[in-house]
Amino acid sequence: MARRDDRIEHLLRRAGFGGSPDEVAELAQIGYQAAVDLLVFFEQAPDDIDARIGVPGHVGVTTRGQFSPDTSITDARQRWLFRMVHTRRPLQEKMALFWHHHFATAYSKISDTYGGTLATRMMAASGAYNGPKSSPSGQIERFRLNALGNFYDLLVAVARDPAMLVWLDGRLNVRGTPQENFAREVMELFTMGIRPSDNAPNNYTEDDVKAAARVFTGWNLSVGARGTNNVNDPTLAYDYLYRADRHDTGTKTFSFDIYPGGGRTITSSGEQEGLDFLMACCRHPQTGPRLARKLYGFFVSELQPAPQAFVDRIAGTFYSTNFDMRRVVLQVLLSPEFQDESNYYTRYAWPVEFVVKSIKETGWTGFSVDSALSPMLAMGQTLFEPPDVNGWETGPGWFSTGGMLARMNFAATLTQNQRFNLREAARASKGSPESVLSYTLDRLSPMPFDSPPYNELLGYLRAGTNWTGSDAELLAKAPGVTHLVLASPEYQFV
Amino acid sequence: MTPNRRQFIKGGVAAFTVSFAAPAFLSDIARAQGARSRNLVVLYLSGGNDALSMVVPYGNAGYYQRRPTIAVPAGNVLQVGADAGGTAVGLHPRLTGLKQIFDAGRLAVIQRSGYPNSSRSHFLGTDIWSTADPGNPSGPGWLGRYLELLPQPLDPLTGWNTVRETPRTLLSRFVGVPAIPDPRTYAFSSPNSGNEALFARQAATRIASHVPVDRPHLSFVSGTARAAFDTLDRVASVAQYAPTVTYPATGLGSALRAVAGSMVRGIGTKVFWVQTGGFDTHASQNPNLDTGAYYRLMGTMNDALLAFYQDMSNQGLLGDTMVLQFSEFGRRVYENGSQGTDHGAASTMMVMGGGVNGGLYGTAPDLRDTPGNPTLESNNGDIRYQTDFRSVYARVLDNWLGTNSETVLEGNYRNPGLTFI
Repeated sequence: MARRDDRIEHLLRRAGFGGSPDEVAELAQIGYQAAVDLLVFFEQAPDDIDARIGVPGHVGVTTRGQFSPDTSITDARQRWLFRMVHTRRPLQEKMALFWHHHFATAYSKISDTYGGTLATRMMAASGAYNGPKSSPSGQIERFRLNALGNFYDLLVAVARDPAMLVWLDGRLNVRGTPQENFAREVMELFTMGIRPSDNAPNNYTEDDVKAAARVFTGWNLSVGARGTNNVNDPTLAYDYLYRADRHDTGTKTFSFDIYPGGGRTITSSGEQEGLDFLMACCRHPQTGPRLARKLYGFFVSELQPAPQAFVDRIAGTFYSTNFDMRRVVLQVLLSPEFQDESNYYTRYAWPVEFVVKSIKETGWTGFSVDSALSPMLAMGQTLFEPPDVNGWETGPGWFSTGGMLARMNFAATLTQNQRFNLREAARASKGSPESVLSYTLDRLSPMPFDSPPYNELLGYLRAGTNWTGSDAELLAKAPGVTHLVLASPEYQFV
Repeated sequence: MTPNRRQFIKGGVAAFTVSFAAPAFLSDIARAQGARSRNLVVLYLSGGNDALSMVVPYGNAGYYQRRPTIAVPAGNVLQVGADAGGTAVGLHPRLTGLKQIFDAGRLAVIQRSGYPNSSRSHFLGTDIWSTADPGNPSGPGWLGRYLELLPQPLDPLTGWNTVRETPRTLLSRFVGVPAIPDPRTYAFSSPNSGNEALFARQAATRIASHVPVDRPHLSFVSGTARAAFDTLDRVASVAQYAPTVTYPATGLGSALRAVAGSMVRGIGTKVFWVQTGGFDTHASQNPNLDTGAYYRLMGTMNDALLAFYQDMSNQGLLGDTMVLQFSEFGRRVYENGSQGTDHGAASTMMVMGGGVNGGLYGTAPDLRDTPGNPTLESNNGDIRYQTDFRSVYARVLDNWLGTNSETVLEGNYRNPGLTFI
């Protein structure tokens, strides 16, 4: 089962979570352009993923009572990992992850406020499970729904998202005593950024933060009275609620344009003020370039800043399509920069990417994604728990000694669990250490090894044995060498 | 944050070679650099600490005027006297351990520390405090630059980061600092046992030793893996440390327990990084109720620091250690409508250790909303800094770490009045 199409593998690593051998073969048949289309226009692919949880032939989940990903954060994490492993819409999940990082919201603060049950619903409830009980679906479902939607729509959805209203305290933002938390971050992190470079002037002022906070006064959260019985009550209803009587009706003027004509004072009133402001944030001349740079780092390469030509092109599409992320991402994946072979393996794998790709490439029968949750904490990435509103420190930031050991040790856990499957799969290549290694490197897709480390892998296969290809030998060496590849520095790139 | 922040790290890999010393040198270097020598523990309170609730200027009427619901009543603060400006100040009521240490003369409190035009952004603010360079906060950290000045190659355990991400403070152009959140899980496992496991560790170590010169990003990850292998065995010895006191079961408690273990084992670490979070108290700050958010934050900090102080004292190592506390900004003078406080400016630093000249440094702000109030800024909404935080760093570098602060800080920030060490 030789891998044949490097560009398709690259596409699957970046626009998905890597390909199982079958998936790579399937996409290689239809060609690159069609493969991109299939990923980007993902509605063509079936959305049957949740129905496959618990079905034999898939990676497992570990249930503690009923599997409840809308009320138990552990189950929500398992559900998401399951989806990443088996989805037929990998780019939808990948973009959901991108937005989770971009609009980084952490479960723990919400659970401190409303208890774990409600917090899980706010983060992750979906129609597929017990149902959100007359409340909107969870934040991650909004990210899936708007995975490649319109950025303005997404931004508005985020501003009204119950989890966000708790996370950045919008629920408490009322006339007379405005709350600046969301107002600041929507400019600093979600759209234009503080400034394009250290030497450039700031995009907004402290007075803008104060004015924006007043714009969003009254953008609150309705939630049933919080008697002791209501905390953690899975039936408690909540939703975004605009409260006109809590809205500051005073004048709000900014240091940047709110309207295309150049008007800097909000001319609308009530809830519309917030919509006008969010639209101004989308239109801001630094928002498109900032998103383009972020997409470059996410999809194309982390080894150099995005070339100005790329930023101009992608930002241009962002503005000319009125913020249509599907057109934007399509253009990224079809760009010469994305397809440039020198950009293969130039992205440091996020822990979740490492984990999911390892599972997809090693095998999963008899393995539960639950076993990945503690290791992911040690690797520095817990889903639904980014360290702060700025998301995770990506790139080399993932690679501390402790984090690297956690990756190596997860690989040990996975290959130990899969040792019989790995032995069976390697049997056809058991002729020599070379053939086992060649098979293993085909099955996994690490960055190419230089000859010294390649020889170390061979050396491991030869160590302590005169190769015969016996069952006992394969049972130790097939998982052993798979572990070494997964644990190698070369494997930590996508 | 600025986009450049990550670009530095990315650029860092292309432009700099972060490396760890070769294993052969380790023991000699550790010995030469002197086990049981002085060290610095940096404690970062992440989220922007509301310093006015930590060191309370209860003698200032403005404090109660501006904070009608979240002020700590004067009768509850742990009084530590009046500062040089005559304002009576006290520690938060939950800081009983720090009060003991203050009374023993081993806790210095530096009020109103900050810098001009303070950033209210978590990320830019953290970068500025980390680099000590408000004009170019995308570069290496101040302690990263300190590590660069030590004789190279540096033993990989010269720095020890107890969180998973490398904080910018420890970021250097060519020195890597290992991240060891918990020594007990810092180990290498294999799908096999016995000899096969041994072969696996040998092979993985040698794979990590390959330096692909044409791929600096790969080299960076290899270097990290190599440093993990180089430090495994010594860290395992720290994991077995039996402290003389019980540390609280918090992240900060176990981090300081590891710091103590590393000091007692004498593995030669000079710079430790510990942190505790949750200080972004925009709402329901409640410093007065024992279940309140800020009250619990103080509990976490107090209990871990007291355990560490007592453990070090019992081990006879108190004189070798210094804890330096900071946060990315202080919070607004006035409370917001959600019984919390928004992002502000100057803050309070604390320094603790056996060699510290304890006491109150700097003066409390006058929190009254009076025209032309020189201790406040932003329409009297924020505290104006009095002591430049770089002068605190300068003192630590010159008088404790024994280096030249002008080299590290690229300027003379010495302040002769700061005699805490």
